[in-house]
Amino acid sequence: MPSKWRHGNRLVLILLLLGIFFVFSLFLASAFGAVSISLPSIFKMTLSKLAFLNSPASWTSTDETIIFQIRLPRVIGSAFVGAALATAGALFQGLLRNPMADPYIIGTSAGAALGATVAMMLPISLNFLGFGLLPIAAFLGALATVIMVYRIARVGDKTPIVNMLLAGFVVSSLLGAIMAFLMSMSGRIGLNLQSVYSYLMGNISVTSWQQIAVIAPLVIGGIIGAQFFAFHLNAFSLGEEGAAHLGINVEHDKMLILALGSMLTAAAVSISGLIGFVGLVVPHAVRLSLGPDHRVLLPASALAGGAFVVMADLLARTLLAPAEIPVGVITAIIGAPFFIYLLRRTKREYAFV
Amino acid sequence: MISLQINRVYFSYFNGLVLHNISLSIRAGEMISLLGPNGSGKTTLIKLISGILKPKQGEIRLDGSNLNRLDRKSIARSLAVVPQQFYIPYAFTVGEIVMLGRIPFLRAFTNESETDRQSVYDAMELVGISELKERRFDELSGGERQKVMLATALAQEPRLLLLDEPTVHLDITNQVEIMELVKRLHVEQGLTIVAAMHDLNLAALYFDRMVLLKEGKVLADGTPAQVLTEDTIRDAFSASVRVGPHPITGTPHIIVIPGSNNRPPV
Repeated sequence: MPSKWRHGNRLVLILLLLGIFFVFSLFLASAFGAVSISLPSIFKMTLSKLAFLNSPASWTSTDETIIFQIRLPRVIGSAFVGAALATAGALFQGLLRNPMADPYIIGTSAGAALGATVAMMLPISLNFLGFGLLPIAAFLGALATVIMVYRIARVGDKTPIVNMLLAGFVVSSLLGAIMAFLMSMSGRIGLNLQSVYSYLMGNISVTSWQQIAVIAPLVIGGIIGAQFFAFHLNAFSLGEEGAAHLGINVEHDKMLILALGSMLTAAAVSISGLIGFVGLVVPHAVRLSLGPDHRVLLPASALAGGAFVVMADLLARTLLAPAEIPVGVITAIIGAPFFIYLLRRTKREYAFV
Repeated sequence: MISLQINRVYFSYFNGLVLHNISLSIRAGEMISLLGPNGSGKTTLIKLISGILKPKQGEIRLDGSNLNRLDRKSIARSLAVVPQQFYIPYAFTVGEIVMLGRIPFLRAFTNESETDRQSVYDAMELVGISELKERRFDELSGGERQKVMLATALAQEPRLLLLDEPTVHLDITNQVEIMELVKRLHVEQGLTIVAAMHDLNLAALYFDRMVLLKEGKVLADGTPAQVLTEDTIRDAFSASVRVGPHPITGTPHIIVIPGSNNRPPV
């Protein structure tokens, strides 16, 4: 028997390293901002907060408030956004067998953007579990669009992938046209274009733990649910018929994977706007460095995506402080060259035909 | 070993009947080829037997159980399919691809067991691709890819192996190599084999039983000598041919005559 089949140990080691990097990024991002707070201080604060440490406080209560009430919700929110988008990207790339697929490919982004824009026009302010109208409208807009795309693509009891991609493109274009119309009429309908652009370029807008408490079950549940489909997505690499030959219930799985990916994406865009590049590039970077096996790809993408957005948001709010750069700008500026480097360096390049 | 019973099966896509009242009985351990012109329903029949398509009428029984009532996972544990065309979008290694054949036996959140690894190892040894294990699938030649797909199917430990034109797009060396391999699996492992074949002469060398389809109906069913006659071939393919004995094996060998196509004008 060959000994090279040891997959499990390698997997655990890789995930452990990525996990350490992920946690480190959380601490680092908490340390910087308008006020710098030293890393050791943050460690001690966290440990005492978690009741592991019982030493006299060597930090001010202002520092504690800044860390736990202001920065940490935003940092954790960024981590959720990144993990959700990267997982959704990996799910869609695997299911659709399309390297160009990203979490937005079946219309979630267009739906969320239109939902958010309509919310900006409405003179309603509400507070539902810590969320205003905009994130709720964006969330519902994303989900409604995916359901519409899925129904348009359906033929009999099947939903062919090509139909999904085409329906996603057409519905996105239609919603985009409505967006463009609303924006062109902004003066008359009282739409603040600055806010629309801000949403379209992506900004982490998490201000409370209450919001985290709502997003957490969606994102964590979605990521664990995605892991359940790791084998199935590997089977989908052989195509839908190939997957069926391997005992996969194709239409059933397709619906569940689309639902999971869409829910993750909708959760992310509701608190962050449309952050591009994460969902496309992170799964590719992971696949290029660790291989295409979804058992590694899915959890590694979640951790890498989380760390990536946390660091990108750190740069977004510190580089030109007190001004904030849209985080979507940072993800693209860092992500693109890194991806090109991977594409050129790695031995596991892609076969595009 | 597994037996297959196809009873009065009809099938159509959106328009037009593709298969018309097909009845076939395939005994455990048989090796059968499905022949016929393009569009005669060979691939459709393979897809019906693998449960990818459902008959509009009639039924298919796998060891006595109606295929429609079996779930995909139990079908995948009994029969494996080597498809005609395959494209794998991401850079899997050969070992990873063959391991996909174990999916019907895996549960979520678990890793492969020793049994799974042994089964993959055996399948690769049997097909003779062990040394390709770490190679990337997309770097392989057509013949090597076909062997990898065969090994993946064998890793499923099937009792029935379905092949859809396994030698199409291969050079003659690889054609013979793949067919020798399939024959060996039949003889040594006792696999029941059903293969759609486009090359009549190649099929005549390796299969004991042939089913000739024309426009979705069974035109002839029997030994190569019974099925591959000048008359049946003229009827099925609208082509005039000569059939003589193969100089070495004595099995029927078809010689195409140039300029003899008398297919009715469309």
